[in-house]
Amino acid sequence: MELTELLECVTALSCVVTQVSAGLTIGMLLFLVASGLTLIFGVLGLVNFAHGSFYMVGAYLALAGYGATGSFVAATVLGALGVALLGLLCERLLLSRIYGADVLMQLLVCYAIVLILDDVVKIVWGADFLSMGVPDSLRKPPFVVAGGIVPYFYAILFLVTAAIAALLAWGMGRTKFGRTVRAAAVNPAMVSALGVNTTALYAIVFAIGAMLAGAAGALSAPIRSVVPGAGVSILIESFIVTVIGGMGSIGGALAASLIIGLTRSFGSIGFPLFVEGMMFVIMALVLLLRPSGLAGRRSP
Amino acid sequence: MTAPELEVERLEAAYGASQVLFGVSLAVERGETLALMGRNGAGKSSTLKAIMGLLRPRAGRVMVRGREVTGLPPYRIARAGLGFVPEDRQVFPEHTVEENLEIAERAGVAGREWNARRAFEVLPLLAPLRKRLAGRLSGGEQQMLTIARSLMGNPAVMLLDEPSEGLAPLIVQQIAGLIRTLREMGTTIVLAEQNSRFCLAVATQVAVIDKGEIVWRGSVAQFRAEPEIQARYLQV
Ligand SMILES: Nc1ncnc2c1ncn2[C@@H]1O[C@H](COP(=O)(O)OP(=O)(O)O)[C@@H](O)[C@H]1O
Ligand SMILES: [Mg+2]
Repeated sequence: MELTELLECVTALSCVVTQVSAGLTIGMLLFLVASGLTLIFGVLGLVNFAHGSFYMVGAYLALAGYGATGSFVAATVLGALGVALLGLLCERLLLSRIYGADVLMQLLVCYAIVLILDDVVKIVWGADFLSMGVPDSLRKPPFVVAGGIVPYFYAILFLVTAAIAALLAWGMGRTKFGRTVRAAAVNPAMVSALGVNTTALYAIVFAIGAMLAGAAGALSAPIRSVVPGAGVSILIESFIVTVIGGMGSIGGALAASLIIGLTRSFGSIGFPLFVEGMMFVIMALVLLLRPSGLAGRRSP
Repeated sequence: MTAPELEVERLEAAYGASQVLFGVSLAVERGETLALMGRNGAGKSSTLKAIMGLLRPRAGRVMVRGREVTGLPPYRIARAGLGFVPEDRQVFPEHTVEENLEIAERAGVAGREWNARRAFEVLPLLAPLRKRLAGRLSGGEQQMLTIARSLMGNPAVMLLDEPSEGLAPLIVQQIAGLIRTLREMGTTIVLAEQNSRFCLAVATQVAVIDKGEIVWRGSVAQFRAEPEIQARYLQV
């Protein structure tokens, strides 16, 4: 391990600025994926093992959209909305049939979706690594803060993801729709008996969850390689985030995502070979100290 | 002749393998308040849940204002004109009183007469609690909230499961007053109760259920005139 380098970094403000900003950006992208996962779990009781594939499809759609239009905004919108539509299809055709089924059945159906999407992506875009690169319009000199370097595109990503997170928080906390969704997460039968179309509500929540994954995939396409199977590692990270944050808690997912993002950015200096391992160590510690996660409800 | 607001024909329902309703039939005309009375375990709550679609009927029919709703999901039945107040209240504990009402707010078959402001007018004890989390309310306050919440959907028929159970006299009075007001507005009510005093004070019709079957029905006056029915089916 390069712990001395980590020590040097945390004692130099410039290095801290660089790593913190990178960590927050990585963390916010992870949050978009994980918040969708936790939203779907919290409301539908479904563990969406296909969530990483939605992220991957979002990245491919963004790549295609950018190729066709040259606009990163259009590419991101295409990735997000395309995956929302894909999620809606999956929910209506497949997943709505297994609500309340045991988790093995959910795993089976979601895994089928994973395999299908991987193959579709291979057929359409091929099996090789593709990369999009940072769009020309967003290639600007980095910000320099206290001697630390914050890449321009990372700053943009952070702002966009933070705006999406704020929109999500507002929608869930301050609108009638969000309040109804939260009530349905606790007592769906009663919400339905009050005349709320819970079938449609579930479909919309699933589509929103998928859209968050698609948006994250699209936004990270310029800084990560786009490849079939790219969803697996983000899925595992999202699970870690949901467990640390507390299943079903969006606030918990935010805290956990930022913790994981910072672990990644500082870990790449201090323990580059143990970054993944460290995420599991953190998860294990949280589970030991707070078994239902940082913001989880005590088990019923 | 117009169809009854609520008509239940030979309704059967079961929890898993154990059948609890054996052909319940009821008909409630517009503006009537039917007291569904019976001992603990007789099948009152199961009847209301089966009407509401929360317990899937195994046989029989449920008609709301002439439309068959048997087997539909609860929200479709609610939209056909039914409002439901469950016996265990089921407020949304992490939402405020106001938010509980907001979730249920919709134009119903009976128009748009009800909103949160009017609910607070008819249940003044609830008004000062509007910002309080529902999980923090007392049992009686939660009961008023569930009744108010079911009104938000402007139902034509309200199903109330033991609304007076275990409540302080002041709250029981307020609820009884509200039920009378609703009747005057033309709302049809089914009231499941063990407490015959409360029932007889507000109801117009009585049906007695025992072991999942209706064993007697008639007007409140007829019911009062038959103490042996009360003795046979209602004493514990
Ligand atoms: N969730 C349930 N699962 C199994 N049996 C139930 C359930 N709820 C009620 N029962 C049974 O159904 C019968 C009727 O109960 P219920 O409808 O609650 O009666 P009441 O409301 O008149 O007290 C009882 O024998 C009760 O034990
Ligand atoms: Mg009961």
